Formats: sequence, C-alpha cells, structure tokens
Amino acid sequence: MDQRHKFIKLVISIFPIIIFLCLWEVTARAAATPLFPAFSNVLKESYILIKNGVLLKNFLPSFVRVVVGYLLGCSAGIVVGTFMGINRFAEYTLSPLISFLFPIPTLGWLPLLMLWIGINEALPITLIFICAFFPVAYNTHTGIKEVKKEYIDTARTLGASPGFILVHVIFPLAAPNIFTGLRMESGMVWRTVIAAEMFAIPNGIGSLLMNAESLLRVDIIMVCLLLLSIVCTFFERSLLWLENKTTGAWR
Amino acid sequence: MSKIFLKNITTSYCLKNVTMEASSGELIAVTGFTGAGKSTLLNVISGLTEYEGEVFIDGRNVDFVPPEKRGVGYLMQNVNLFPHLNVFDNVAFGLRARKSCPSEMVRSKTEQILDLLKIGHLKDRYTKYLSGGEKQRVGLARALVTENRILLLDEPFSSLDPSATIDLTNELKRLQNVLHLTVIYVTHHYEEVEDIADRTVVISEGTLCSLERPLVSFDPLRLISAGCY
Repeated sequence: MDQRHKFIKLVISIFPIIIFLCLWEVTARAAATPLFPAFSNVLKESYILIKNGVLLKNFLPSFVRVVVGYLLGCSAGIVVGTFMGINRFAEYTLSPLISFLFPIPTLGWLPLLMLWIGINEALPITLIFICAFFPVAYNTHTGIKEVKKEYIDTARTLGASPGFILVHVIFPLAAPNIFTGLRMESGMVWRTVIAAEMFAIPNGIGSLLMNAESLLRVDIIMVCLLLLSIVCTFFERSLLWLENKTTGAWR
Repeated sequence: MSKIFLKNITTSYCLKNVTMEASSGELIAVTGFTGAGKSTLLNVISGLTEYEGEVFIDGRNVDFVPPEKRGVGYLMQNVNLFPHLNVFDNVAFGLRARKSCPSEMVRSKTEQILDLLKIGHLKDRYTKYLSGGEKQRVGLARALVTENRILLLDEPFSSLDPSATIDLTNELKRLQNVLHLTVIYVTHHYEEVEDIADRTVVISEGTLCSLERPLVSFDPLRLISAGCY
C-alpha cells in the first residue's frame, strides 16, 4: 500500500512536468521562431555545450564562488548567531546592528562592493557571503533562544559543563531553525551569483546568459536556466536530506 | 552529620527564612498548596535559583557551587527528557558529561540502571514514542545513573494514573533502600507518598512546618490545627 501510494504520488508529480514540456515543444514548433526554441532543440544545444566544454567552463567558476561564499557566510552566521544566543552582552550589542543591515537586499550592496573591492573573484564571493550570513545568523540566534531553559537546567543538574551543554543540548535542539536558514539561502545564493556575473564578472553562468542574450541565442539561455533549476533544486534537496538525517528521527 | 542542611533560606518571591535538614537515607515528603514554594525549595538545593541563606551538602557549604558540581540528582516536574536523544542516550547523558567516565563504563552503568527500572527494552526509542509512565521511569533512571546520593523529585508521578503511581513509588522506595539515597519528594498529592515517607514537611506561603510523622491524609484542617496555616 505504501509503495503504491509512493508510485501514485510520483506519477502525479511528474505528470504536470510532462504536459508542460509537450506544450512547450508543440507551441515552439508551431511558432517556428529562433526566439522560442523547442525543448528538443534546447536538449540538442545542451549536448553541444557539454561536449565542447562551454557549459562546464562557465559552470565551474559559478559553482566555486557559490560554495566558497556560502560556506564562509554560513559558518560566520552560525558563529555570530551562537554568540548572540548564549551571551547577553553580544545579543544586546549585535542584534540591533544585524536587524539594521539584514533588510538591505543583497544586490543593493553590489555598486558599493564594486567600488570597494573592484571587479575580481572577491566580489561575487563577498556578495554571496552577505546573502548567506544574515539569515543564518538570525535563524541560529532564534533557534538557540527557543531552546527551553528547563533542558539547560536539567543538563546542569546532570553535571554537564556549559561547553558540553552547547554541543550536546543547545546545538541539536536549535538545529531545525539553523537548517531553515541554511535552506532558505541555498537557492538565493545562486540567484545572487548569477546577478553579479551578469553585471560585473566576465565568466560564469550569468556571464554566459548575457553573452547568449547579445547573440540572440535563446536556446543557450534556456540551457542555462534549466541548469540553474537543476542545481538550485539539488542544493535545496541535499540540505533537506541532511536536515532529515540529523533531526528527522526525533522531530 | 546531616546530608542536606538549609539555613535561613529566603528567595525573592517564595521562601521566607526556611531552615530544614535531611539525614542520610531519609525520604522527606514536602507538601503544600500550589505556589507555596515547594519547587523553589528544590531549586535552591540544586543551585538553580538565587537565594539568601546557606545550603550545606554533606557538611560542606555549597552556596557558590554551580548546579553541575553539587552532586544532586533532580527529576523535575516535566521530566524534560531531551527529545533529540533516545532513551539510552538520555540516561547516559550525565555519565558522558563527566568526561572521566570511560565509554565502556557508561554503557554498562546505563544498561544496569535501565534494567533496574525495567525499561531496558525501550533503550532505542525516542522520547516522543514513550508513554507518560515510561517517561517518568526514564527520568528517574537518568537522575539515578550518576550515583548521586541525593535525589530531588518534583511531583515526579503527577501525570500518572493511581496504579502506575503506586507502582513507581514502591519502586522508588526499593531503589532508595538499595542505593541508600536521601530523597526529597515534592508533591501536592500527599497520598502518593504517605506510605513511604519517613517525615513530612509542609510549606505554606513560603514558610515551613515540619511534622515528625507522615500525615494520614493531606487535610488542610489538620494542617491548620498543627499550626501550619
């Protein structure tokens, strides 16, 4: 019954995608314009771009920027959020500052960073860092503040030191909130890197998109969009899997 | 030498100049109405709340000793089992927190206490899959495994049906004898402990009234006549 249920769910989920692709193919063939290539042509172009290495050559720099910026931003966000969660002085001093800077849209920083950092690898990485840092810090802080005092008191009466409580009680109980922050930004960082590459960086998927636009190569634009959809979904699903793996059994 | 001695304890919102002592191996029932200060008394002994006055454990002043170093087992009213740990890891928590305990000893001691409380079969379960009675047993096992000779119980069996309560209080008395524990048992259902308590203490509006023998039943009129209210 469970297997059957899963199968039906899979079919129902895939069905709209198949309908969408069929409609795309039929409409594009009927329109017969290079501005709206058929899905089969996009697939053909993907094969060509993979074979001649253009896609990989542009994907790798974007991927490295995202991974480096995201890891740095998340690590810093977790450290600062934890510090704010466990230390009242840090909370009172850093919380207003973070509340003040958090609402600024990440791409709003771009002109300022272009002037300060210049157009180099540090620019997209810094942007991604900013994009990941604030939500992760905020969610970590919130997650730690939401850990019930009774659990900490119980751990203390069981002989646990503050460090042991942080690692074995506070972090695991705050993990669902921390993961929410990590997941929220896993897709957002890709949007940020693409925007930065479109405006300021001469390589990467964003740059490939802009070049394709100037050459009226809509098929290449669609290949890039499909790739971004796949990569964003992969990032988000990986984090969801990790979250379920670490907290799914007890939540 | 008394195991626990409280001298002129006053807290900001509850206890007023409370003096009390508990001998080694004694089971004291602390009773009184809701909000009288029963739980605060346990928080003072365990070091979880600020107070004025002095607390002695085994003759040593522990006023500046943090809860993690007081050597007191404490089963709180809500049990507070860690939801992210299974039963085994919950019970082993206190042993692992003391880094001096090797992992093999953690395993054997935890299994021993789980068997003693007849919950060995639950060791791999997460707490959300436990019944109220099972949670209370796990909480008791967790408070006992660190081998503290003082055990504080705050309405430990309040969420259980009468037969499960009788079962667990008898279990508690057995464990107290086996492990030579000094137990302070807070309850406002006095009937729970009337058979096993060595002595009863009544708290009323933050002050304390000690009765030499267990009450037959928790009757406010009797307490009034005894000068407690």
